[in-house]
Amino acid sequence: MSEPRFETAPLPERDYQRHLEEGRFMLQRSRSSGRFVYYPRVAEPRTGATDLEWVEVSGLGTVYATSVMRQRDPAANYNVALIDLAEGVRMMSRVEGVPPEQVRIGMAVRARIAREADGALVVFDPVEGGAGASGAGATGAGAAGGAR
Amino acid sequence: MSEGFPRGKAAIVGAATYGIGEAPGLDSIDLAVHASVRALAAARLTPQDVDGLFVCLPSDFLSGLSLAEYLGIRPKFTDNNRTGGSAFLSHVYWAAHALAAGACDVALIAYGSNQRSGAGKLVSAQKQPWFEARYKPVMPVGAYALAASRHMHEFGTTREQLAEVAVAARGWAQKNPEAFMRDPLSVQDVLAARMVADPLTVRDCCLVTDGAAAIVLTRADRARDHCATPVHVLGCAAATDHSSIVAMPDLTVTAAAESGARAYAQAGYGPRDMDVVELYDAFTINTLLFLEDLGFCPKGEGGRFVSGGRIAPGGELPVNTNGGGLSCVHPGMYGLFTLVESAQQLMGQAGERQVPGARLALAHGNGGTLSSQVTAILGTPETL
Repeated sequence: MSEPRFETAPLPERDYQRHLEEGRFMLQRSRSSGRFVYYPRVAEPRTGATDLEWVEVSGLGTVYATSVMRQRDPAANYNVALIDLAEGVRMMSRVEGVPPEQVRIGMAVRARIAREADGALVVFDPVEGGAGASGAGATGAGAAGGAR
Repeated sequence: MSEGFPRGKAAIVGAATYGIGEAPGLDSIDLAVHASVRALAAARLTPQDVDGLFVCLPSDFLSGLSLAEYLGIRPKFTDNNRTGGSAFLSHVYWAAHALAAGACDVALIAYGSNQRSGAGKLVSAQKQPWFEARYKPVMPVGAYALAASRHMHEFGTTREQLAEVAVAARGWAQKNPEAFMRDPLSVQDVLAARMVADPLTVRDCCLVTDGAAAIVLTRADRARDHCATPVHVLGCAAATDHSSIVAMPDLTVTAAAESGARAYAQAGYGPRDMDVVELYDAFTINTLLFLEDLGFCPKGEGGRFVSGGRIAPGGELPVNTNGGGLSCVHPGMYGLFTLVESAQQLMGQAGERQVPGARLALAHGNGGTLSSQVTAILGTPETL
């Protein structure tokens, strides 16, 4: 690895994962545009700005789309969902704490860092009775929520 | 001449399939060559006449070189464009330009895959990106299931309406002796089938088959020497807006809205003029999305539009008349089959499934996870 030559440049996947291992859910934001970026990368899409800094996010979000990956017995079915974060970006994750088929679009959810055998991972839990980040979809660029 | 597209200047003069279903013992390139020589023979040509070659085989990134060598030709132009299953419609775009510009005289577009007898399962053309992989989405079906969930949420689309798409495709397949699955299929059968990724059952998903396809194009001025009814490329346009489903701006609107509008503008025809519609139906939700985005019904109305057999044999709008990827053939990438079926319909060679008097066809390819969209408008000489 030639890391020393590029020590000031972000290493998107490695840095994202390192923050999670340290217990922090951080995403990149461009200093010049103020926009968050997902997934982590070396330059902001469209502008090409390389002034991306890591910022801890609220972890609040709303389910944008959901499915259940059906497994053959005895493996357990599991959820895969797209989550619109309050910061205006969308990520893939899964919702836990309810049966996978009971995850609903529009459900308010909150991020949790799960410790798995292959490393820390962001998953989401339903927010009890709360509206959560119900405005996430409306504020997110290209992440229109609700019926049109 | 919208966008400088050479409207009608290139024409399909030969179209063929080979090995649909199971073709054990043959490699993907063997299958592609079988389809190629058939398509060339239909146009009274042989491999040595080909000077423009367009191909992407499933597991050979340099297949333009391998296929040229196998056919014993030295093409002036090879194109390995890979945009997923839509690649072959992109090939049509560049073939039309190359022919019109005189860069080549005979263009061959070919594909073959032995993935049913070779791999036994769908072979993915793409490595899963790291930000998806740890959540273990089963791809590509997981992405299409997410899109279907959103369509149901926003527009009230039902699983029964999705199932209508599979039932219509099966109805057409029953009229096509080449189709792989021809048993009767009901909406109830689709709903009761094994769930793969909610809301999609295995009958909402395309087949995994072997198969090959090829088309041959020449300039319009010599097309009549090779074919009684040349199929002119009136318009062709591509659009892409994401790769991973995470980055798709709105899961209910595909870039087909853009590719379709541009292709119609080039052709000077609109959705109401189309006699035959061939859409890349990797999953039942595709057909709904593309019918909407290509202007056959308003956004959100796809489910209601296909109900009551509207796109099945005997319905108002013939869609996927070979049986589609759902019931005829899906060897990893299906895009070229939309072109072969369109050409055979316009040439009047579609047998029992022939749409009487078909003059205009729309062929639409999809690549990735609703990522790349390419639309071609094809017409008989009288539509020029």
